[in-house]
Amino acid sequence: MKPFLARLTGGAIILFARFITAVRAIWDGADPVPRQRVYFANHASNGDTILIWTVLPTAMRARTRPVAAADYWLTSPIRRFIGQDVLNAVLIDRRVEQRDHSPMDLILEAVDDGASLIIFPEGGRNTTETSLLPFKSGIYNIASARPQVDLVPVWIENLNSVMPKGKIIPIPLLCTVTFGAPIHVEEGETREAFLTRAQAAVLALAPKTEEAEI
Amino acid sequence: MTGPRGDFLLLLCGIGGILVLASLIGTILKRRIAPDGSNPTIENLNARITAWWGMAALLAVAFLAGRAGVVILFAFCSFAALREFMTLTTKRVADHWPIAVAFFIILPVQYYLVWIDWYGLYSIFIPVYVFLLLPVVTVLQGDTKNVFIRISETQWALMICVYCASHVPALLSLRIEGYEGRNVLLIAFLIVVVQLSDVLQYTWGKLIGKHAVAPALSPSKTWEGLIGGVATATLIGAALWWITPFTPVQAAGLSLAITLAGFFGGLVMSAIKRDRGVKDWGHLIAGHGGFIDRLDSVVFSAPIFFHLVRYFWSSV
Repeated sequence: MKPFLARLTGGAIILFARFITAVRAIWDGADPVPRQRVYFANHASNGDTILIWTVLPTAMRARTRPVAAADYWLTSPIRRFIGQDVLNAVLIDRRVEQRDHSPMDLILEAVDDGASLIIFPEGGRNTTETSLLPFKSGIYNIASARPQVDLVPVWIENLNSVMPKGKIIPIPLLCTVTFGAPIHVEEGETREAFLTRAQAAVLALAPKTEEAEI
Repeated sequence: MTGPRGDFLLLLCGIGGILVLASLIGTILKRRIAPDGSNPTIENLNARITAWWGMAALLAVAFLAGRAGVVILFAFCSFAALREFMTLTTKRVADHWPIAVAFFIILPVQYYLVWIDWYGLYSIFIPVYVFLLLPVVTVLQGDTKNVFIRISETQWALMICVYCASHVPALLSLRIEGYEGRNVLLIAFLIVVVQLSDVLQYTWGKLIGKHAVAPALSPSKTWEGLIGGVATATLIGAALWWITPFTPVQAAGLSLAITLAGFFGGLVMSAIKRDRGVKDWGHLIAGHGGFIDRLDSVVFSAPIFFHLVRYFWSSV
């Protein structure tokens, strides 16, 4: 019963996401093929995970798990159902003192099970004027621990206008999700150099022409 | 076969025939020239023809479903068009509520008024009441940066995508003596003439087009395409007089009016796309771009057609 309800809810979420944003995937460097990947994206809105999840082809979606905050997704029965059963998220507790697992162990366990991941290396939602905050180390740790996995940069465009921080009702606007060419940690590359390169890879997918200033 | 059903079926057969012919030509061209799909023009042509099948089927279903079907179909078109339009407008966080109101209150109310046939209100609801009240919602958010541009663009988006588009289903409420129960054919007439005019302008332009009408806006719109397309579409419109309450000459005159309005609509929308640096309004319809790319000429001609028919033929 529960798996069926989860599939139904998943379908409803995808339908709603498409209704509001008519979201479109642009495969610009990575193809929609079922390779094991870590998708890493800019994070400006609560719906970012949903949007990436929506544009992935069905077979790939079933094997892709978002890495998300346990302290958000486990706080009510509905969130727990969506986080655990619908999205099948890898839930990480952001409160260090509450952890019984090391977050990296959980993440690598999921990778070793063959899952693809969705992560937001900025750490939290970006509510500033800059396009992208500095990346946290997690992505480097995953990349160096499991070098065979493709790291695919992703840019989500416009969702922050659909649902700015603090708003409840989303407004319908077109969104795109752009997938770029995979990157890997190179021989002898430092943590800082890799994080800078990963950040640049995401930024490079943002639309070239900024909104005309009037 | 007589009566509205008969005429409607005959029209459907005609459109179906044209689409079958188009699909046949598309398939033959592909087989002959680029069976591996390497010719982008032919691929685009075939994508367009497939999309045309979809649109024709959708319209046919809506027409068969009667008033409710037509109103719901165009309400959805308005929604999709407004979604594309608002994506390109100047916005700030303070516009969140006004835009939400536009989508979730103004759009449904306008179509509800069309549905209950309250002409006195739906013809002034957006140009008068929304025009005055929506800016109040905007300025109450307290952000004055670019406020003149923001309220103007939102209002124009509503006029084009909601108010003008809602005049297509509004054609159902016109009462024309001796034409009772057949109004849906007026919509078919409008859409067939406008869309054929678009296709024919494109075709004539490709065949013999040399002199651009407005090179700064759109290099593909030529005088040859315009004159050829408008003339042929007007002739076809005249030949369709039998589905309308008009004589052949009147049908030609109305066709001329709506094809010209449609042409200028396309020109205005091209100018806006150019200003915002986009090629298409959206990507929902394969080969055509977005909803507005396909609807721009319908949207501009619908209110003009509506009011011409209402003034000269309608008793209400």
